[in-house]
Amino acid sequence: MPNMSLKKNPMPAQEADVRNKNFYEVTFGYTAETAIDEAKRCLNCKNKPCMGGCPVRIHIPEFIQKVAEGAFEEAYHIIQQTSSLPAVCGRVCPQETQCEQKCVRGIKGEPVAIGRLERFVADWHNANSCDLPTKAEPNGHKAAVIGSGPAGLTCAGDLAKRGYDVTIFEALHLAGGVLVYGIPEFRLPKAIVQKEIDNLKALGVKVETNMVIGRVLSIDELMDEYGFEAVFIGSGAGLPRFMNIPGENLKSVYSANEFLTRVNLMKAYKDDSRTPVLHAKKVCVVGGGNVAMDAARSAKRLGAEEVTIVYRRSRAELPARAEEVEHAEEEGIVFKFLTNPTAIVEGENGMVAGMTCVEMELGEPDASGRRRPVVKEGSEFNIECDAVIMALGTSPNPLIKNTTKGLETQKWGGIIADEHGQTSREGVFAGGDAVTGAATVILAMGAGKAAAEAMDEYIRSKNQTK
Amino acid sequence: MYKIVKKRELNPTVTLMEVDAPFVARKAEPGQFIILRVDEEGERIPLTVADFDREKGTVTIIFQIVGGTTERLNHLNEGEYIQDFVGPLGEPSHTEGLKKVAVVGGGVGCAIAYPVAKKLHEQGAEVHSVVGFRNKDLVILEEEFSAVSNVFKMMTDDGSYGEKGLVTDALKALIEAGNSYDEVIAIGPVVMMKFVSLLTKQYGIKTVVSMNPIMIDGTGMCGCCRLTVAGKTRFACVDGPDFDGHEVDYDEILKRASTYKEFEAKEREKACNLFKKEVR
Repeated sequence: MPNMSLKKNPMPAQEADVRNKNFYEVTFGYTAETAIDEAKRCLNCKNKPCMGGCPVRIHIPEFIQKVAEGAFEEAYHIIQQTSSLPAVCGRVCPQETQCEQKCVRGIKGEPVAIGRLERFVADWHNANSCDLPTKAEPNGHKAAVIGSGPAGLTCAGDLAKRGYDVTIFEALHLAGGVLVYGIPEFRLPKAIVQKEIDNLKALGVKVETNMVIGRVLSIDELMDEYGFEAVFIGSGAGLPRFMNIPGENLKSVYSANEFLTRVNLMKAYKDDSRTPVLHAKKVCVVGGGNVAMDAARSAKRLGAEEVTIVYRRSRAELPARAEEVEHAEEEGIVFKFLTNPTAIVEGENGMVAGMTCVEMELGEPDASGRRRPVVKEGSEFNIECDAVIMALGTSPNPLIKNTTKGLETQKWGGIIADEHGQTSREGVFAGGDAVTGAATVILAMGAGKAAAEAMDEYIRSKNQTK
Repeated sequence: MYKIVKKRELNPTVTLMEVDAPFVARKAEPGQFIILRVDEEGERIPLTVADFDREKGTVTIIFQIVGGTTERLNHLNEGEYIQDFVGPLGEPSHTEGLKKVAVVGGGVGCAIAYPVAKKLHEQGAEVHSVVGFRNKDLVILEEEFSAVSNVFKMMTDDGSYGEKGLVTDALKALIEAGNSYDEVIAIGPVVMMKFVSLLTKQYGIKTVVSMNPIMIDGTGMCGCCRLTVAGKTRFACVDGPDFDGHEVDYDEILKRASTYKEFEAKEREKACNLFKKEVR
């Protein structure tokens, strides 16, 4: 008999007033009992609408049935068939707009907590199973993956499982991409990312760090001199966008990328870190995505007394995951909706003294389908702050585009690729933020997965016709 | 891990290291930079490529000891290893088509100006070099620099070596003497580059300066190295480090460079204590 409770089992978490002062993970995850209880809420629908909402098509009802039976390792193997990063996705996917949005239980009451169950299964496996994934039989072909973020890791994992000799080229000193430089420890512990990367290495994937493709080696060199038959570009989002308003280059103005890289990758939140970060008292974060939430919550944890998120649209348009917005509010982050900065005010010593803003109202829908914010005349006002973090998205990194002949890009710089990741260059595939512009971890994974399949087909057909 | 194959103290605060880094050496060009981390806990710092040997697979860096990281780096010896060493990054200096160039180097900036002067010399350009230091003890690369220069002017602030005066004095004299340059390339402290640019603007001589702002990733991701050039935000790591000297907002750069000054001083002290050495 299914559990007919209308509500999800809540997930235990650190008290808001405690966690906003530390960098430990916010939530603790389900216990085995809670997981089984939650799994029993699944009706095991025949047509599986939830799967249609998942970019990597996890066999959701099947794994949840195994959880309900207490067969957690079997549940893990079901997830693993289609997802290479379950412990990550269970934590960072926007389930409310994907699988859980399609869940039949959500029609009346709350959907099954698919994300929390996925996380539980992955964590259970990591804690209780010492089985390393087994290497596939080598097929004698080489493939290269540029970038070790979610798109690259997924693509590399799927290719390795098919027997390819895969090398990932990572520009930074550490693999993981946005999972290590962008998403904070309190939302995604780095030990989990490391575990996923170790799993890939166990599959035979090689990771070369400090390799900035486009500078150290070009894509043509990878293919012509190093014998890679296909290349996947998962180089991610690039340079941060700014608003081009006065005062944006003051000392205490950060891009979210810089602020989060200092805090996460370079561990500036630790007292003994050799990478500095300013500890401001009053911080304004501009933007409404997950990155803005991460930056605001990190600033709070670094000791800021007041953190305000300034967003030009209303609450309904916030692109961030619902859970992140809730967590941010619980932690004392203040939201100023329908507000847009027009200038950053200079104080002493080149530091920020405040931000001049205007109030906005929502007009007609724009190209994105969201109502376009327009300025309310005469609404100018000041917010006092000593640091500003700009979280406005990114523009693609120009390095690979500039050094790869024949690789076509959009006007705004994104690499042009079809739904299989095929670019304008034979044998060159791309996916993730490098193609779409800033998006989510799971969409990048979906793209990496599709590209791995297309690369496999491409290499096989090429070798048949020879 | 990247092995230090040669280490040489150029003056009490400036050190040269030749590092085994074949992938960097293969592609490096004058004007480009590398990013390194001394050890597992290290911060990422950018250093400009001072020289490279494609056959040996080595890259030479020259650095001034200013903070904790350079202090720790200076403590490593020949045969020891640097944790991370990535590059070449940034756009190479453009030297094509230049026939007569004035290269101005200030202090440790001479380490970056030298490979540019050398490349110009190798491609047959007439190179007039002006180098400046605070005093005689701080002079570096004199022999190397003068060997690739048709005219070589040494300036010191206190007159303890070469001529007494600023690099702008010598440059002005050269221009006034009737030398017409296709380009002036100025590399050194921001203030020096600012004043060289102010001078050459009066004469309408195209001037290129090399920016060395604070960086983290160095690959076009974090935006920390941004500066204003001709009223637009540019990124030193992917758009530079060379920019049109007449268009750069130097005062903004000077301010931004001081963001972590206190932290840096503390880190240096910590590193010095670690090595039981006095802060010079």
